[in-house]
Order: sequence, then C-alpha cells, then structure tokens
Amino acid sequence: MTYIPHTDADREAMLKTIGVQSLDDLFDRVPPDVRFPKLNLPDGLSEMEVAWEMGGLASANVSANEYAIFLGAGAYHHFIPSVINHILLRGEFYTAYTPYQPELSQGTLQAIFEYQSMIAQLTGMEAANASHYDGATALAEAVTMANAQLKGKRNKVIVSPGVNPMYRAVARTYHQNTGIKFVGDKGSATIPDLIDMLDADSMMLVVSYPNFFGQIDDLSKAAEAAHNAGALLCLVVDPIALGLFKSPGELGADIVVGEGQPLGIPMSFGGPYLGFFATRKKYVRNIAGRVVGETVDKHGRRAFVMTLRPREQDIRREKATSNICTNQGLMALAACVYMSVMGKHGIRQVAELCYHKAHYAAHEISKLKGYQVDMSKPFFKEFVVTCPRPAQELNDYLLEHWGIIGGYDLSKDYPGRKNQMLIAVTEMNTKDEIDTLVEALRDPDAHIGHDHHH
Amino acid sequence: MTEELILTDVKNGAAPQPLEPLIYDLGAPGRTGAILPKPDVPESPLPTELMRSDLDLPEVSEMDVVRHFLRLSKLNYSIDQGFYPLGSCTMKYNPKLNEDMARLPGFAQVHPLQDPATVQGALRVMYEVQNWLAEISGFKGVSLQPAAGAHGEFAGILMIRAYHVANGDAHRKKIIIPDSAHGTNPATTSMAGLEVVEVKSDANGDVDLDELRKVCGEDMAGMMITVPNTLGVFETRIKEIAEIVHGCGGLMYMDGANMNAMLGIAKPAELGFDVMHYNLHKTFSTPHGGGGPGSGPVAAVEKLVPFLPGPIVTVIEEGNDEEPPLYGLTTPAKSIGAMKAFWGNFGMLVRAFAYMSIYGGEGLKSVTQHAVLNANYMRARVKGVYPMPFDRICGHEFVCQGHFPDAEGIHALDISKRLMDYNFHPPTNYFPLIVPEALLIEPTETESKEACDAFVEALLAIATEAHENPDLLHEAPHSTPVGRVDDVRAAKQLVLCCRPTLPSLNE
Amino acid sequence: MADWKTPDNAKYTENDEWIIVSGDTAKIGLTDYAQDQLSDIVFVDLPDVGDSVSKGEAFATVESVKAASDVYAPASGEIIAVNSKLDDTPELINSDPFGNGWIIEIKLSSPNDVKNLLDAAAYAQHCAARA
Repeated sequence: MTYIPHTDADREAMLKTIGVQSLDDLFDRVPPDVRFPKLNLPDGLSEMEVAWEMGGLASANVSANEYAIFLGAGAYHHFIPSVINHILLRGEFYTAYTPYQPELSQGTLQAIFEYQSMIAQLTGMEAANASHYDGATALAEAVTMANAQLKGKRNKVIVSPGVNPMYRAVARTYHQNTGIKFVGDKGSATIPDLIDMLDADSMMLVVSYPNFFGQIDDLSKAAEAAHNAGALLCLVVDPIALGLFKSPGELGADIVVGEGQPLGIPMSFGGPYLGFFATRKKYVRNIAGRVVGETVDKHGRRAFVMTLRPREQDIRREKATSNICTNQGLMALAACVYMSVMGKHGIRQVAELCYHKAHYAAHEISKLKGYQVDMSKPFFKEFVVTCPRPAQELNDYLLEHWGIIGGYDLSKDYPGRKNQMLIAVTEMNTKDEIDTLVEALRDPDAHIGHDHHH
Repeated sequence: MTEELILTDVKNGAAPQPLEPLIYDLGAPGRTGAILPKPDVPESPLPTELMRSDLDLPEVSEMDVVRHFLRLSKLNYSIDQGFYPLGSCTMKYNPKLNEDMARLPGFAQVHPLQDPATVQGALRVMYEVQNWLAEISGFKGVSLQPAAGAHGEFAGILMIRAYHVANGDAHRKKIIIPDSAHGTNPATTSMAGLEVVEVKSDANGDVDLDELRKVCGEDMAGMMITVPNTLGVFETRIKEIAEIVHGCGGLMYMDGANMNAMLGIAKPAELGFDVMHYNLHKTFSTPHGGGGPGSGPVAAVEKLVPFLPGPIVTVIEEGNDEEPPLYGLTTPAKSIGAMKAFWGNFGMLVRAFAYMSIYGGEGLKSVTQHAVLNANYMRARVKGVYPMPFDRICGHEFVCQGHFPDAEGIHALDISKRLMDYNFHPPTNYFPLIVPEALLIEPTETESKEACDAFVEALLAIATEAHENPDLLHEAPHSTPVGRVDDVRAAKQLVLCCRPTLPSLNE
Repeated sequence: MADWKTPDNAKYTENDEWIIVSGDTAKIGLTDYAQDQLSDIVFVDLPDVGDSVSKGEAFATVESVKAASDVYAPASGEIIAVNSKLDDTPELINSDPFGNGWIIEIKLSSPNDVKNLLDAAAYAQHCAARA
C-alpha cells in the first residue's frame, strides 16, 4: 500500500528486535486519554483516482494557458523555456536537503553560487544571498539588515507609496513589535517628497524601480540624499526590467530586493516564488539567510560551501539575524537556469519585447474614447489606464465576453484611484491579443448592462 | 571524480582541476540559448538615457546549459539516490505524482490576483488542505500563508503576542523554550520582539517541571516546545506542562517539525497546545528542493483564529446538491497581517494535497506507525555500540553519540563523513546541542527494513574502524566529489560571486 | 592540561574578557583561553568610537567558523579607540590576544568597576576548572 514498503514479515521481525508486541505499543508514552484519536478524514485513494480528482480541480480554474492575460501587479506571465522544468525535475536537485554537507552537495552549492553571481550582475551589486521566500519577505529582511547595520540606532523607514502594497504590508507584519516605524506611503508622496522626509532617525529609503504603476521614477538624487542623511537606499526591482534599464548599483543603491518569479518560475497562484536579495560587500555580514562562498577542499580543489554561518539561527539562536533556515533553493535554481539559457542577450530581448508591446498597447488604448493612459513618466511593461467604468466591471466583461483576464483594479489598494486599471503586457501577449483587448475596451456599453446571463 | 584522479593532479604539482567549470566559463561571446520571436508590434523608441550599457550574464547554448546542470546534479546526494536519515528533517520519499499535479496548467498557470470566481479549483485545494490540517491537529483554524517552518513559527509567535496585547497584557513578553529546542525557536522569539527564557531538560530528556514552575510568571507570553522533542522522545508530562503554562496565563506553541511522529497518534490541541506550525516539506512529502521552497501552515485554537495571518480560504456561499460552494479569500478579523505576498506556496499545497489524498486518514496513522517502527528498530540495533543518552522507546528519530570512551580522537563529524564513503547521507550532527557529539537519526517510513539494516551495518562497521583505524575516519570522506572543505578560508576571503563588481562600487 | 597565557597586568571577567588599565583609560580584549575555545577567528564586529559601554553590556561580536561570541564590557566608559586592524586581520586575536589583538580602548567612567574583577591567578584557576 502507498509509499510504505513494509511487509508483514518485516513488521514482525522489527517489532521482535525492538522487544514490543505491536505497533501500538510504541506509543505508550502518549497520554492514554488522547492517544489514537479518530481522524474524520476520507479514505485513501489510488494514484489514478487522485490524478482524476486533482485534474478536475485544475480544470475548474481559468488559466493563462487558455486565456489572454493582462494581469501583473507583482506576478507575471512570462515565457519559461522548457529546459528549466527538465532540470528542476532531476531528483538529484529537488530531493536533496539544504547543503549542510558540502562533500555531498557541490551541485546545489555551485548552482547557488552561480545564481548569486548572476543576481549580483543583474542588480549591479557586489554580493547576493541564496534567496528569500519572495520579494515581499526580502524587503522585510532588508529592513532587518539595515537595522542591524545601523546597530538599532535609527527607527524610521521611509517607503514610497509606489512600492507594491503587499510588500509594504509584509514589512509591517515582520516589524510590528520591533519598534521600527514605516512612513511616507500613506498618501501620494513623490520621490522628492520622500527625500525631504530623510532625517537623523531615518534608517532606510525604500523605492520601487519600476514602481508599482510600471513607471521609471527619476532616482538620480535618491542615493546621495539617503547617504547624506546617514541612511541606506533600498530598491525594489523587477528583474526583467533590469535587462534594459540602468542597474540599481549604478543608481547608488545599498540593498536591492525583488520578486524573482519572472525569471522562469510559473505563476502557480502565488507561490512558490523567489525573493532575491543583493547588497554591497561591506554589508554582507548582516545579510539574513543563506550565503554560499568559494573555497578549496583538502586537496586544493575549488569547492563551495555555505558561509557566514554563525549569524544563523542554529548557531546564534536568539541573537541570529533572522530565523530563516531555508532559501527558495529550487526556485533559485530555476532562476539560475533561466538567466543562463536566456543569457546576456536573451534577457535584454525579453525586456525589449515587453517594452514594445506594452507601449503599443498603451498607445492603442489611449486612442479610445473615455480612456486615459498615464504616460507622464517612462514606463516598462505595466501602465495605468483610467477607465470610463470601475475596473472590476470591465474585468468581468472582458472575461465573460472576450476570454481575457484583465488588469489589476487599483482601487483595491489606492482608494483615490477609482476606475483605474493597471495593465501588464509581457512578451507572451501577441499583437492579436492586444488588438482584441483594445477592441473589447472600445465599447463595453454595448455588452454591459444588456447582459442577462451569468 | 575519484580520489585517485585528484591525487594524480596533486602529484603533478598542479592545483586540481575544478569538478565542473562555472557556467560563466562555458560558451562563447555572442552565443545564446534563448529562441525568441521578433516583435510583432511596431517598435517604440527606447529610452536610451535610462538604459544600462552591459549585462554580464553567460553566453551559452541550450545544450551547454543542459550538460552543465546535469553534471552539477551528479555532484549531489539526494533521496532519490539513497538513504538520507537527517534527524528533524524527515527526508521521506517525494512521490512523483505530486510533481505532475503541481505542474497541471490549471494550477501552474493561474495568476494569484485573478477574480476568485475564476480560481475555484485552486481555492478548493487550499480549503481542503486547511481542513485536513485542522482535523489532524484538532485545531479550529488554519492559515496556509507561511512559506516555511520558521516562517510559520514566526506567525504563531506574532499571534501569541497580538492575543496578549488585545487582552491588555502587553507586558507579557517572555517565551519559555527548552534547551533542547531548534535554533529557530529563540531566533523567532527575538524577531517578534520578545525575550527568551531557557529551561533545562532533566536526565530523561523531558522538561524539568520544577525549573518550569520557577520561570512561569505573569510576564510570560507562552512556551514553545517540540513534540516529540528534539531528543526523539515524547514528553511524558506534556499535559502537565500545558497546565502549568496555562495556569500562568501563557499560551502553548507547538513546533510541528516532528509531526511525522504524531499523525493519528495524538492531536496537539488535545495535548493542550494553542497554536502550531506544520512543515509540509517534512510531514507531507513536498520536496526539500535543496533548501526550499517549503510550506509552513499555522493552526490554532478558536480564541486565536481571529489573529491568523492571511488571507485564508473560506466558504462565501454554501453549496447545495447542484452547485458547489463558492470559495473566497478572507482576512481574519484581528489578523497579525500578511506573512508574504499572496496566499502561500500554493504549488506545495497541491503536492501535499495529492499526498494526503493517497493516504487518507487511516493511512496517515500508518505513516507515523512505520516511521516510529523504523526509528525504534534502528535504535535497538545500534544500542550497545553507540552511546545512547536516552535509552527508551523513541518517536520517529533517536539520538546517539558519535563518540566512544575508548576512542577519544573520534568525533561525530568523523563518523558522519565516513558514512559518505558507505554511500549514505550522514544523520544530523551536533544537534540537539545538549547532547555532546550528537547524531540524530531519522529514517522515515518510506525506507524498507533492508535499507534500515544496511545503514545500521555501516554504522557498526564504522564503530569498529573507529577503534582499529581511526585515521580512516579522520581523513574521510574518501569517495565523494570533494574532500573536506576549508570553511575558514571561505569565511575569510568571502568570495560570494564569480564576476568582477562595478568599478563605481569599489570604495 | 592546556596552558593559557594570563598576564599579571590584566584583570579578567568570568566571560573571558581582559582589561588593562592605564591612568583613566583601559584597553579591552578577549583572553587566550577564549580565542583557543573559538579557534580560527574570521570576523570581529566592532563598535563605533564615541559609543559608550556599560559594564556587562555586549559591545562586539567575534565570529569563528562554527560559533559567534559576544564580548562584554568589563567596565563602563566611552569608547575612545577601536582596533580597526581586526577588520582585515581578525586572526590577531588568535595570535596575540593581549597585544595586537586588543579590541577597544575606553575612557573609564567609574574606575571602581575594575576592582571586583578577577586577578591573573584567580582567572587562571577559572580556566583550569573548565578544561
């Protein structure tokens, strides 16, 4: 039965060796009144039955496999080369543990080292860690690191309202009891407004590049201003955008975090994803999470090993920099393979495809009566459209009548942004899809309101 | 790569060749592995003043990539290759069905912000997993959001804190933790802004109740404890511990790392716990992935349910004979907030659900019975050769000492490294911290009697070698891709990246 | 039994720090016993000049490959110098714990702090007792 290999003869022999009569005798120490509770759960199924049931549940979802999708806001439908999945499915990678024993895990260790190297290049920073759970938790850990770097002497983190609202929420969850205050993101502060807020109690300035609305803000003064105030600058970035735009290192960032999902990881209804984290070398000793370094073995042969270990929870316990004890190992491997196979030229090409298609879509939509596209700043693959109706209504209509998964309804997070939709266009959206979206948006009234079926 | 070849290199006076070149050292300028279309839309002018001049990533073909990573994979040890008895990690077989299910396009290609009406299948999976985890633990509510065990722990401690604050007990700041605990427990406590109070274990490996009473006071927020504990034994007086802690107004947190010893054996809620986390990558067979992704759902009693991180899946409209219920995402009333973006590591939840469905309720109990059977069988066979600090029936793992009174130069590390030469992954070593030279061995239920026997035979053979030929152990491993590595050098030189950094960053 | 240096001109804590007073200033470091226990030291996290330390408070962290250990102030005062050589050569604590491996220098705010510390003989016994 199932994945347990024991035969009756095995069980009998093993119980005899132990010196007990039955399997149940092994649990004598569990208080008798609560021992062996009845579990009100279904009976086990065969592999076939499970596959049928789950296949049915999967097909009950509307997926990007069958629908055109213009939804982004933190998770994106990007191209995933086939080679990635084939490598992820190697049991040598996915059924291995955290590489505590370097002699038996050089494969994982070297892949992480290569991942760290590529993330450092992409972000223009000097060092990267082995990854965090996702972009949001990477930001929360960036705050922890800045706090450690400044030895807890400063309490204020200035955050742009253009940072993904979920990331800001998660950073607040992490730091709800640490005395750190998050300010700047409740209204519509611009980058200069945020710079004006920097003072002697400011630990870090956090801005998004591109911002949540897809735009590239002018960050040329941010680093200098933050540094003059004795604070760090953290950029939250889209890794695909970095295929095209100046690196955060060039902009003077101290910490760069972001969501690595666009680097070859499926949307999977929100996870597992990949939080990448890069910084300057002088800060690496305060990085939370795993870091792989190069060394040699006893024969002098190059080898890799987890390093900076004493900061971690298993050694440092209550004084650790974080309680994190995993990275997103397999997701980091996916990103490593993605960056390898796409390489120097491929990521640039993907970024350009996103750029051209998003701009085409933005221009076509801006020609429609009743729609306004915000083109006040340069943008990358997402843009904000003010619509003649609430975004939710339009999205229902797009899905029902055109088989399109529409954009993100910005009024959910920004009450002032009524009727605003954040539209994401990637290399996966064909011209036909974009033209269909434009056609659909042209005259929704022809359908909405005359619609009687559900 | 064998030791023989390595030694040939060394004999020739050359530094030995690396096992595998870095991906950056493969390929050639101008080569690319990606095949992408030309733009099918009119091109827009690029903002050249905002653009980067160079991006130093590899230039390799798809086949270069395949061969490189395949060769790297062969340098790893994995469950799919052999026995992997890492204590407290539950390295059980990862069923292949799970992988196929998580990759169904209807799961893998769904955007997390789609309208709930369009993702009812995904929400149903989450709802079912919440219910299974609630039933197994006896708890009232479950949040699937935490991405790993440590992340779930953090959520649970934040919940305890938020509960006390909501009750006007903000002064309750101390968390009691046994000295045998995982390092995550004290680290989590600090992250939550609370203070750690350590209690000692007694000679049997149980929490010392007199010590516990001494530190329990009205400044206590709660206690974190692992069941069975990290020494592999069920706390005999767990209900008494809960009574003492509750008597002082504290809450009981269960570290669920060892749930593979608890399925259908006892419900944490009935043992007196208030909140716990699961590790789906341990107990419910989702792969460890070389260090993640994991999944660490948190479960709690009724009074803590409003504090769960979220959102979680709830039924928005009850179903009937013809229509299924309508599921939605809702954030609990007094939620501690979101632990990560979106709803949890959904791909891991799909895998766990496939696994649960295969076993069913009775099957899960059988999982635990056989995990505990294997551990006790190996314990019985190793006993008498390796010192055993707690000689009694264990849970799903047991601790012995990798050190012999009559072979003083041999340490747990030497035995661990020598096991590699026998083609086994070593057990967890030097944990729990309170057992000197600890070897923590967890076979899991998916290993056969023959596999357990083979590992025991290796341990026994190594014990003999330790006495007769200790250098064989000190120099081990002899047959792995690399020998012991120089971690002092790694920590001092800190080479974390193989490419030169930007000149502008050199300060 | 190992033989650890315990110079007579220093005073000691049970946590294995030493302090050598000269006038109203004092140098502070880790003892020979402490560096031996930690083995290869790979990093020292130093405080800033100008910070003040209170007796018993952790002011620096010393890391080896397998452990990290806080260093506690044997006496209160203001930090007037830190040994920045330790940034690049932390192993000085291993090779010369009482000399080039010093960690900070403070201006004593209450010289009486030093009075109750262990003298060399008492500290040598404390080390021997743990060996």
